[in-house]
Amino acid sequence: MANVLVVTSGKGGVGKTTSTAALGAALAQAGEKVVVIDFDVGLRNLDLVMGAERRVVFDLINVVQGVAKLQQALIRDKRLENLWLLPASQTRDKDALTDEGVGRVIEELRTKFDWILCDSPAGIERGAMLAMRYADQAVIVTNPEVSSVRDSDRIIGMLDSKTVKAEQGERVIKHILITRFDPARAARGEMLSIDDILEILATPLLGIIPESQDVLRASNVGSPVTLNNVASAPARAYTDAVRRLMGETVDMVVPTERRGLMNRLLGRRAA
Amino acid sequence: MSMNLLRLFSGRKATAPVARERLQILLAHERGLRGQPDLLATLREEILAVVSKHIQLDPDKVTVKLDRGPAVSTLEVDIEVPNNFEKTKAHAERRAGAA
Repeated sequence: MANVLVVTSGKGGVGKTTSTAALGAALAQAGEKVVVIDFDVGLRNLDLVMGAERRVVFDLINVVQGVAKLQQALIRDKRLENLWLLPASQTRDKDALTDEGVGRVIEELRTKFDWILCDSPAGIERGAMLAMRYADQAVIVTNPEVSSVRDSDRIIGMLDSKTVKAEQGERVIKHILITRFDPARAARGEMLSIDDILEILATPLLGIIPESQDVLRASNVGSPVTLNNVASAPARAYTDAVRRLMGETVDMVVPTERRGLMNRLLGRRAA
Repeated sequence: MSMNLLRLFSGRKATAPVARERLQILLAHERGLRGQPDLLATLREEILAVVSKHIQLDPDKVTVKLDRGPAVSTLEVDIEVPNNFEKTKAHAERRAGAA
């Protein structure tokens, strides 16, 4: 059965697109057939993070409006044959996304894929509402920082009330994904701890992605971090998160950078 | 333990507990409001309607503010009345009389 999963947060810049690309690629690596959809109409970026920006011909709005067939708009990843991208439109016509149209596209994708990952735009406007509308599951990307936690709480409230699942009296399965976590700063009491965040949001944890330079390196070259450097700390954290999504029990640890000898001798801090 | 020790060396205060407490208070309040119509917007609209019966007002010059304190909260209503208020009052009365 297909899983529709929205990657959301409320707040911008917390790592939704990075996480969508990383989780999508890791799921595909695990043998699942995956499509990642960009819902950020007018500000699309998932294509860029996935390295497919020059291959976009048709987009989600074209499909919703019937201008293009789904098959024409889907872009197959060059590295993983069971990973696909459905890009957002760069035109500013946000009203072109209709509830009914998105529902139709999601229904069609359900017949073709194991996982449908919806990359939500920031905010709580139309695009964000439609990205979560048909979700079975939600990954709420949260930074250990007050404004991000507050916005996550707001989004959790919407997942529990504005989704089709909620309206049918069912529940969207929710997971917290903590990104940009710095264990050293949390240990010094300078950053909200994992326990603080989970206690406040009262939602189960999917994974902890450490703050890392590898994330920027991967997006620079247009590769999901889970493909670009499999051994890096964020890649291992995302891969663990995906194993949990697939039902495995995996110990919750914060992967750390493996420091080279020179770095150790020079006492450089892992970023 | 180790956290206290580290703090001793760094000479800085831990700010995370402050963040946690602020969030807990704020979210307890915001969750309570969820699903309810916007109280302040409703108050503002109804106050504006009542006062407008007697005085001609610029709707943009009416602000309603709610300050939440630990024990009591204050509701602050700030209405800017134009200086030709008497005239508008007479105007309103005439209108009411005519109706």
